[in-house]
Amino acid sequence: MKKYIISILVQNNFGVLARVSNLFARRCYNIHSLTVSPTNDPTVSKITVVVMGDDQIAERVLKQVSKLEETIEVMQMEEDEALCKELVLVKILTPSSETCSQVSKIVEDFHAKMLRVATDYMTVELTDVPSKVESFVEELNQFQIKDMCCTGVTALESK
Amino acid sequence: MRLTGAEIVTEVLMEQGVDTVFGYPGGTVINIYDALYAKRNEIKHILTAHEQGAAHAADGYARATGKTGVVIATSGPGATNLVTGIATAYLDSIPMVAITGNVAMDLIGSDSFQEVYIMGVTSPITKHNFMVKDIADLADTLREAFRIASSGRPGPVLVDIPKNLTVDTYEFTKKEPVVSTRHLPVDEEKVKELARLLNESKRPVLYFGGGVIASEASRELREFVSYCSLPACHTLMATGVLSSEDPLSLGMVGMHGRVSSAQAIQEADLLIALGTRFSDRVATNKKKFANNATIVQIDIDDSEIDKNVKSSSSIVGDVKEVLSCLMKYVTKVDRTPWLDAIEKWREEIDYHPQDDPTIIKPHRLIQTISDMAGEDAIVVTDVGQHQMWTAQYYKRTEPRSFITSGGLGTMGFSYGAAMGAKVGRPDRKVVQITGDGCFHMNLNEMCTAVTYNIPIITIVMNNNVLGMVRQWQDLFFDKRYAYTTLERKTDYVKLAEAFGATGYRATTIEEFRAAFAQALEKNAPCVIECLIDRNEKVLPMIPAGGSLDDIIVGN
Ligand SMILES: Cc1ncc(C[n+]2csc(CCOP(=O)(O)OP(=O)(O)O)c2C)c(N)n1
Ligand SMILES: [Mg+2]
Repeated sequence: MKKYIISILVQNNFGVLARVSNLFARRCYNIHSLTVSPTNDPTVSKITVVVMGDDQIAERVLKQVSKLEETIEVMQMEEDEALCKELVLVKILTPSSETCSQVSKIVEDFHAKMLRVATDYMTVELTDVPSKVESFVEELNQFQIKDMCCTGVTALESK
Repeated sequence: MRLTGAEIVTEVLMEQGVDTVFGYPGGTVINIYDALYAKRNEIKHILTAHEQGAAHAADGYARATGKTGVVIATSGPGATNLVTGIATAYLDSIPMVAITGNVAMDLIGSDSFQEVYIMGVTSPITKHNFMVKDIADLADTLREAFRIASSGRPGPVLVDIPKNLTVDTYEFTKKEPVVSTRHLPVDEEKVKELARLLNESKRPVLYFGGGVIASEASRELREFVSYCSLPACHTLMATGVLSSEDPLSLGMVGMHGRVSSAQAIQEADLLIALGTRFSDRVATNKKKFANNATIVQIDIDDSEIDKNVKSSSSIVGDVKEVLSCLMKYVTKVDRTPWLDAIEKWREEIDYHPQDDPTIIKPHRLIQTISDMAGEDAIVVTDVGQHQMWTAQYYKRTEPRSFITSGGLGTMGFSYGAAMGAKVGRPDRKVVQITGDGCFHMNLNEMCTAVTYNIPIITIVMNNNVLGMVRQWQDLFFDKRYAYTTLERKTDYVKLAEAFGATGYRATTIEEFRAAFAQALEKNAPCVIECLIDRNEKVLPMIPAGGSLDDIIVGN
């Protein structure tokens, strides 16, 4: 299974998010993340969905989504071609000073941010492309993670 | 001019050319009904027994006429009663506009009396739906509903109107009826390529579906088929497009289609799929279906391309336009060897039912109805064995003459649909063929047929069982007939009389002939009960997931 980033411009109508997510649910497409945000045009919203699947599923998603009456435009984005960002917040338990320095090292390597250092835990932030965010979290998995959340991908065409 | 929201609804209906609506009143649509009453000379309203019947009637009306059917229901239970009817129209791509009332805006979201979020309920079964929140948007939203319902691949659209909007007033200006857009630029290069494939093909088969009817392309299809000597099979939904008498017609394909048409598809070197979606009732086994053929798929809905079976190439466009374009590039080819081979299969491998003059054999019954009702009759079926027998043995020579719930397979569809068809086409005879199971799901609509004197002839094929399910139990469940024997004590003749209709009972074909002849004379709602043996099967049959290799032809 691969991840596909799909960017959808929709009319900013009441119920439009439900309609899009309903479509994914009823066709059993697997959503990894979904973000909705306003755009510079108040009548238009942007939904960025990351779906799990294969090329055939990605193609079906594109066709089904473009069929919705409120869809203005649908695009599939490649991480390395588009400007894709995702923000992750991780709270890591740091029982020893050794873990503290290990975590700090990783934060430095990834150009992440140390948001908060408490006596027994650290909170870090990374805003980067999805693949970097993924490997960052993988690295941190060797420690005990107390809490974590992620915004999901948002993307713009780089051209 | 300044009108109430309710008046705006009736004005838009008239502006869009609607002269008939089906529905049921209630609290939240009472103002709309008041406005409808004021326009009763312009818009005919048919009050059914149940909102489901009204939805099926709007659907049957659309299928018989090609126009968009309209149904109106109140909020809550009225709206939820429409659901099966809307889903039925959705699965068969039928243009329909459903108008529901909802509670006033200040009550919405508070679980108030008869409040249901029908937008959420119907979102997976409508092409699109709207909730109007501002009276300023009411007229244009309704117009948009009509445009969407009939454009591209047609389908049902629901418009939910909170009650206060029907009371408020707003400025209204009449507009022209919306134009449904089916036009998509046809990729001429792809059409040329298809023509080349067809011209070179030795064993081509055309496989077409309901999209040909939606596109009103029967004439073009007949010309194309005959010019190219192209044998053609059809889905259940496309019955009648190509006359069943046409020598190039391979008949129906699929689970209960002809063996020879399945064989032709299996042996074909080119399969052209036209306005059809390779449903699992046709491509019972996706991997083996037409696996010796180059598949070219033509559909107006891009999302249907390759959805079920992968094609080698495809053309997205309106069937009629693609066919017209294709005609420019195809050449006449002599396909005698291929047509001879098919002819041979028809003689050698097709299933031929046995006659028995002492009882009513299903095929004989359907053939008799077909002969006596004539070419011009519209036949409407329910769902089950009787539906398949009708599809197999009723001779159809025109589109919009065979009305059935194909995609959803909705038992209880036929009464409402038959009424809608007759109201839409009063000039044509309407014969409803149903089963004893289905009949009990929608017999309440007999009161509607009687009230409005909608003269439909209802033929109940009474085998005392849920025959289609029993057939599966027979074949795949060791004859364990779990809850499919209907021990109903219904007296169909008395029932019909109680409703104010006429009832008949037939145990032989001769009795049936006599009853049907009387019913045809009467021009009033009639019910004819026909006794059928419970062990009759619909044959041939390709089991779900199976292929031609698994076909069942004997008992
Ligand atoms: C609303 C609904 N419920 C259940 C089914 C499943 N089903 C399909 S055919 C059938 C039997 C129909 O029986 P009957 O109307 O007597 O027709 P027959 O097959 O005997 O001709 C059933 C139960 C269905 N299609 N629709
Ligand atoms: Mg039955």
